[in-house]
Amino acid sequence: MLSLDVEKRLGDFFISVRFESAGGVTALFGASGAGKTTLVNMIAGLITPDRGRITLDGAALFESSRGINVPVHRRGIGYVFQEGRLFPHLTVAANLDYGRRMRALPRDPVETGRIVHLLDIGHLVDRRPGKLSGGERQRVAVGRALLMRPRLLLLDEPLASLDETRKREILPYFEKLRDEARVPMVYVSHNAGELARLATSVVWLDGGRVAGVGGVELLAAAREKEIV
Amino acid sequence: MIELSPDEWVAVRLSLRIALVATVVALPFGLAVAWLLARKRFHGKALLDALIHLPLVLPPVVTGYLLLISFGRRGPIGAFLADYFGLVFSFRWTGAALACGVMGFPLLVRPLRLAIEAIDRKLEDAAATLGADRLWVFLSVTLPLALPGLIAGMVLCFAKALGEFGATITFVSNIPGETQTISAAIYTFTQTPGGDAAAGRLVLVAILISLAALIAAEWLARRAGMRFHGE
Repeated sequence: MLSLDVEKRLGDFFISVRFESAGGVTALFGASGAGKTTLVNMIAGLITPDRGRITLDGAALFESSRGINVPVHRRGIGYVFQEGRLFPHLTVAANLDYGRRMRALPRDPVETGRIVHLLDIGHLVDRRPGKLSGGERQRVAVGRALLMRPRLLLLDEPLASLDETRKREILPYFEKLRDEARVPMVYVSHNAGELARLATSVVWLDGGRVAGVGGVELLAAAREKEIV
Repeated sequence: MIELSPDEWVAVRLSLRIALVATVVALPFGLAVAWLLARKRFHGKALLDALIHLPLVLPPVVTGYLLLISFGRRGPIGAFLADYFGLVFSFRWTGAALACGVMGFPLLVRPLRLAIEAIDRKLEDAAATLGADRLWVFLSVTLPLALPGLIAGMVLCFAKALGEFGATITFVSNIPGETQTISAAIYTFTQTPGGDAAAGRLVLVAILISLAALIAAEWLARRAGMRFHGE
């Protein structure tokens, strides 16, 4: 379980967010500039909050009052970035294996095979990231994050850089991921349609604050309010 | 084939050794400085940058003289290193390597710094989320991505070291078999009656080595660049 209660000032922007998520896919929903990426970066440890606390499965990742701030590389949280961020100098296979090597985990060909199959990236392993299509790149990025065996998977607009056709092509993989990977996920998007298919719970962010917490029905409500 | 006399061979081998040692020893310092200049903000950054580039603009004789009074047997640094580590520079080939390393240092740092500055730091963040600590991020992401700059810097440093003359001769003189590099030997032969033929042979050798270094560098850089784009 992820629990979060943080504050951070970034120039004129003030973000103050508090929510808990039980598991499944927690959607972080909101317009651009609502603070979604900032929040996810705080969970990953790439941005340090000014105040507050972040706990994962009961252990504190960050707690300002006790001076706790677990460094990024020891958080064990997988992160799929909007632009994939695959290492251009490594093959797809080496990209996939990177997290396992850095975390000194034993090789697990069965698990690797399962995830490679799940994401349908077996035919890509010998290539370099420069030779992949956008959709392939994002699938490899998801595989790389899963193969580090994360306690939590963060996905920040993983489909935003893809066109509609590619989105439709990759969404089923994410549904399979939700149903089969058994890793809790925080999924950031401003696309209600995408989230309606994936989310088990929704946190709606607006102007750096939580505007609502609920199920997928919140997406429709949020959408209406934003149009008005 | 060029027929070199044993003495000329000595100068050629010595030159290669001095240039190689200067480049290899300068490398870790160059990496550290390039990384600092590319990534960190600190007081005196502009001063550090200027100091490193100083050998590029100072007359080499001045650099050699400064090395002589600081790293010479009676110089503060030279005396310390000689007393505690047995490391003597004055009138030794090691001194020539030091002079060459100092002269080549700005040429080593510059392409490295540019290469590190060009790296997308988001890739380093991604590596950190995958469990790499700062050292591993540097070794597995920063360094390989900066490889073309590293090769360019090392070749420039090596080439500068190979051709260095003024600072070396001022600091460690021109002793055959110890500090007489190709450049110094050519200079000596041109000052000696009847030395033209020997000077000509060494000039040819200098051209060949420089060409070989340039071609090797181009080939290495191409290979390193290809790894990012090819399959």
